[in-house]
Amino acid sequence: MTLEYVPGIPVLRPYVDPDNAPFWQAVDRHKFVLQRCADCAIFFQPPRPMCPNCRSMDALEWVPSSGHGKVYSYVTFTSDRMAYPAMKIPYSVVLVELEEGVRLTANIVDVEPEDVYIGMPVEVTFNNPTDDLTLYQFKSRAS
Amino acid sequence: MTTRTIKDKTAIVGIAVSEFSRDSARTEYSLAAQVVKAAVDDAGLHLDDIDGLVKDISDGIDPMYLQKAVGIDNIQYASDSHWGTSAILTGVTAVAAGICNNVVYYRSANGASGQRAGNDFRAAKEMWDESLDLLRYDFYSPFGLLTPQGLAAMVTRRYLHQYGIDADELAWIPIVASEYAARNPRAVFYDQPLTFDEFLESPPIVDPLRDVDCAPDVDGALALVITSAERAPDLRHRPAIVMAAAQGTSTEGELLSNFNRADIAGLPEMRQMGDELFRVAGVRREDVNAAQLDDRFASYVAMQLEELGFCDRGAGAAFCANGDRIRLHGDLPVNTGGGFLGEGFLYGANVIEAVRQVWGTSSAQVDDADLVLVASGAGGPADGLLLRR
Repeated sequence: MTLEYVPGIPVLRPYVDPDNAPFWQAVDRHKFVLQRCADCAIFFQPPRPMCPNCRSMDALEWVPSSGHGKVYSYVTFTSDRMAYPAMKIPYSVVLVELEEGVRLTANIVDVEPEDVYIGMPVEVTFNNPTDDLTLYQFKSRAS
Repeated sequence: MTTRTIKDKTAIVGIAVSEFSRDSARTEYSLAAQVVKAAVDDAGLHLDDIDGLVKDISDGIDPMYLQKAVGIDNIQYASDSHWGTSAILTGVTAVAAGICNNVVYYRSANGASGQRAGNDFRAAKEMWDESLDLLRYDFYSPFGLLTPQGLAAMVTRRYLHQYGIDADELAWIPIVASEYAARNPRAVFYDQPLTFDEFLESPPIVDPLRDVDCAPDVDGALALVITSAERAPDLRHRPAIVMAAAQGTSTEGELLSNFNRADIAGLPEMRQMGDELFRVAGVRREDVNAAQLDDRFASYVAMQLEELGFCDRGAGAAFCANGDRIRLHGDLPVNTGGGFLGEGFLYGANVIEAVRQVWGTSSAQVDDADLVLVASGAGGPADGLLLRR
């Protein structure tokens, strides 16, 4: 299924601040990056101002991600009471564990909600709900 | 560990609850003023005896305005606290430390009729835009994942998967809650006990959570009075002695969206809080006569039973199977007032029910309720109490 948006209702935009801006700026360019501590070689999600392991603020860096991972959990919005009105139901949101070890949520496309399963291989892709908004999403990947 | 302790230093001596409704047609300010005065009256104290006011971060009425509303001049301790009902720990601490004589804890919310994260997607966005939680939540909201029900469903799916639990096995949690609520005239679902078939027919609201797995938002308010254990026997009610009060927090914690923990199918804050409660109180799990848990989401009751040490990890649903162990004469009666699922979602209602059990005035009274456990904040920072006669 394709993710369908309802015309006239704004899609909620990510809030961009200095801590997470490199992530969303990369998404705008259809690139997928993750925050990492260069000293500890640990990835973080969501982005943060300090490495919670070595407490460095200087060793944080942004590195390209493979965008490959597996579905760790998922939900399906079936009721308009809980679904965001800009999105047509049913739609699914997956929590994906990336190869780098961190987990991110996004919509999954090209898969029917009943066909999503925990452990499903997925990869990142990008979409433009509106002309001035780019988001990332996941699609199934041959394992 | 420190040898100084809050054990048995304080007691809850007065309670008040407003009507729970779907539309109060009143301000949260009005509801708060009503219950604060009523709780003080219930304790047999005068408002001028109150020198501390505490509330939780998620309740909107600032103590400064409440103080004005109920006409108290001599408040010397006012505090906004963390999530759940952790302000009760703040009040207990203030009395135990001798900062205050009598503290009122209160909460009021137009949770059903007002703008609230739980019931309106756009209201949620608006609220979170003004908070520091934004950075985290904005990895969810652009994808249509924002209501608490959606976040809890994500954790629930993983929990069911990890322990091989069928979603229908959780049915007995809302069913038993509805049975208790049927005895409680204050409950939103008073006199509407749920059958297993009705559970199965209840529509999914965010799959895998059904409508009946999620507590209904309500408008309402509640308050309670905390005083010292020395003063408590001179007051109107038999004191509910605070044997222990504790809070649990965790790294990689968020409110319901703890998606980057090593294991999301649990409530580590609840385990930390529970371990501290039992350590401070010096009692065993089997000594607990009733538990008032946070059942905003049914699946979190199963997880709390595990994390609080009443059963093994992954065994919470089996613990509740057929409902017998959590019913009135079971091993551990759970949420005897109907819980948030049956009574309506207002944090603190479980504390009020725990006090009623200790006083012997519950609508589903446990025989010999000598020791009652309360837990709040499932899925975020957790807090709880052990109350005794």
